[in-house]
Amino acid sequence: MNEKIKQNRREFLKKGAQFGLVATAGGVMLTQYFSEPTMAGNEGEMVELMTTEGDLVLVPKSQVEEHHNESAYNPREGFVDKKFVMVVDLAKCKNAKKCQSACNKGHYITGDNAWLKIYKMQESEETAPYWMPTQCQHCDKPPCVKVCPVDATFKRKDGIVLIDNERCIGCRFCMAACPYSVRIFNWDEPKQAELIIDDEPYTPDYCGKPSVKGTVDKCDFCPHETAKGELPFCVKACPNDVFAFGDMYEDAVTNGSGQTFQLSKLLKDRGAHRFMESLGTEPSVYYLPPVDRSDDFEVGLDNYTPNQSVFKDLE
Amino acid sequence: MKKTRNLIIEELAPKKFGFLGQVWVAFLCLVIVAALFAYYQQVTKGLVVTGMRDYALWGVYISNFVFFVAISLVGSLVTAVLRLSGAQWSTPLTRISEVIAVAAIIMGGLTIIIDMGRPDRILHIFMYGRLQSPIIWDVLVISTYLMISVLLLYFPLLPDFAILKKHFSDRPKLSNWYGKLSLKWKGNAKQKNIYNKSIRTLSVLIIPVAFGIHTVTAWLFATTYRPGWDSTNFGPYFIAGAFVAGTGAVVTIMYILQKAYKLEDYITDKHFDNMGKLLVMLCLVYLYFNVNEYLVPAYKTTKEEAGHLSDLFTGHYSTMFWSAIIFGLIVPVVVLIFRKGRKPLPLFIMGLFVVVGAWWKRYIIVTPTLLEPFVPLEGTPESWHEYWPTTIEWMITFGTLASALLIMTILFRYLPIIPIQETIEENE
Repeated sequence: MNEKIKQNRREFLKKGAQFGLVATAGGVMLTQYFSEPTMAGNEGEMVELMTTEGDLVLVPKSQVEEHHNESAYNPREGFVDKKFVMVVDLAKCKNAKKCQSACNKGHYITGDNAWLKIYKMQESEETAPYWMPTQCQHCDKPPCVKVCPVDATFKRKDGIVLIDNERCIGCRFCMAACPYSVRIFNWDEPKQAELIIDDEPYTPDYCGKPSVKGTVDKCDFCPHETAKGELPFCVKACPNDVFAFGDMYEDAVTNGSGQTFQLSKLLKDRGAHRFMESLGTEPSVYYLPPVDRSDDFEVGLDNYTPNQSVFKDLE
Repeated sequence: MKKTRNLIIEELAPKKFGFLGQVWVAFLCLVIVAALFAYYQQVTKGLVVTGMRDYALWGVYISNFVFFVAISLVGSLVTAVLRLSGAQWSTPLTRISEVIAVAAIIMGGLTIIIDMGRPDRILHIFMYGRLQSPIIWDVLVISTYLMISVLLLYFPLLPDFAILKKHFSDRPKLSNWYGKLSLKWKGNAKQKNIYNKSIRTLSVLIIPVAFGIHTVTAWLFATTYRPGWDSTNFGPYFIAGAFVAGTGAVVTIMYILQKAYKLEDYITDKHFDNMGKLLVMLCLVYLYFNVNEYLVPAYKTTKEEAGHLSDLFTGHYSTMFWSAIIFGLIVPVVVLIFRKGRKPLPLFIMGLFVVVGAWWKRYIIVTPTLLEPFVPLEGTPESWHEYWPTTIEWMITFGTLASALLIMTILFRYLPIIPIQETIEENE
């Protein structure tokens, strides 16, 4: 018994000593932290920054370190300081299909397969039908990437899932693995000769330029457009502002009309969900439920062509 | 019925093809040439010449691949499991089953290449292979299995090659080949010691690898979310089915070889009887796994599974599904329970039922699932909502089957079908 108390006390002392050490070290760091601004304050230059909550604060310029992305842009790494997301507002979709035709045109899609599809969805007989655009969900845990035997399809740091069609062996395991059925295969020769006029070298971040027979294609989230400061083809083309696209780290998404929303607030206020969340694929695409709809569901029926794939609408 | 050593050698030494044999080889070559022509079409025009499209993204090639891998498992069953469990009666069947295994696994490997969209990039698998993909596991385990199977076919042949070298001394060229292949086998104690040890080691080694090839093949499907594939039962289910298919192939082929080469003294009714009993047991085990595979999801009927199961039970695939179960499993069990059913001819017919049923069973495992995706079948040409192989696919598929049979035919032509040395020893 006595022995035990002694031991406990010894342990307490030991821990106390350790705590003391940590406290001293912390103190040193704190003083350093506080002393620097006073030095910088002499120069007196302040900059205005936005916090993650959206508030503006004034910070001494010396405290701000400009972040440079040292490594050159690599199509396999992507934009290392971004995380692309898309929000699809199901309340606004009227099956106009402008997104699909813009995507087909922009990516030189010639086959019988569109990467972006608009499904007529209805959960059950008693519930209301709605239109649902789907494309690659750019999952954070992509089942397609997991099964690829040759690292042809890959996940970038900015969240985009791409395919290197010079690497792809055409085994189609990724297509079997994808629960969203968004991957398409070039069964035939793509015949894009007349469509692609410039002769820029192939890069995996422009899917479809060119498509290659015997390999897999899919939505690339348009990094070739965002790099130019433009929105993806589908976002820009939608007349109803169904799509909004942006960077999760900036907590902002922008729709085709140029309106910008705070992402976290939009997702919270509108009760967003992701497609087949239960599978654990962690998509980068969020859907806002089809409530308080801007128009009747029936409006979209005019464009409803369940057995036609590529919607040819070139104005 | 004692036979002299010379008589046994005389009866078991490889023989030239008769007229029927030549017709058979010519027929197989014809089918293979047609398949090569079809494959040329596929390579130049692309997989568009197949019936596969974005939903039915895998078809008869993949199901045929699974069939080959399944058949190849019998090598490990007869040569390893039966050998290790001390079933002396199976000795005359070891070479037959090992030849079937080698032929099937070679054609399995080639069939998966036929399915590739870019076969010209086959080397990418070795240049960029990533261990997290089940396809890489399959490549590793199939090549290992092929290697062990070839060794397990080759090692027991060493004494036989030495015997054949002497036997064909009047034909120096052939004799010379057998001599080279015998690796200077003399049959002394030291050689015998190494020989026995290596065969025993290989027999043990091949069992986990055999389980590996078919479990991994099952995982190509089970690692996806698809209804009908998303099953923890898939590995053992595939293995149980593989033993059925392979045993069916062995009884079929041993009957043909017995008749073609007049081996009635070596492959006897007793062998057919035992193989028949084995087949009944294996069919029952596989039926049990089938009940697990279909009844449990049918009891729950989640929305995804319901679509797939109703396709199989009452829908588009029901004729195929029930035929494969009834004629490929239940009828053979009923027939083979009776002693008369295990006589060579009825067993041969049941073996054919089992093999054909097994082939269609794989078709039913692979193709219907893909036509029940999670998203609606919409926004695609209507023809994509169904799958049936095109003529080109059938030609290529028959070509792979003919190639497997040709490999077997050639091996049976130049190798003693029944192990000579072991037969002599058992006769003494």
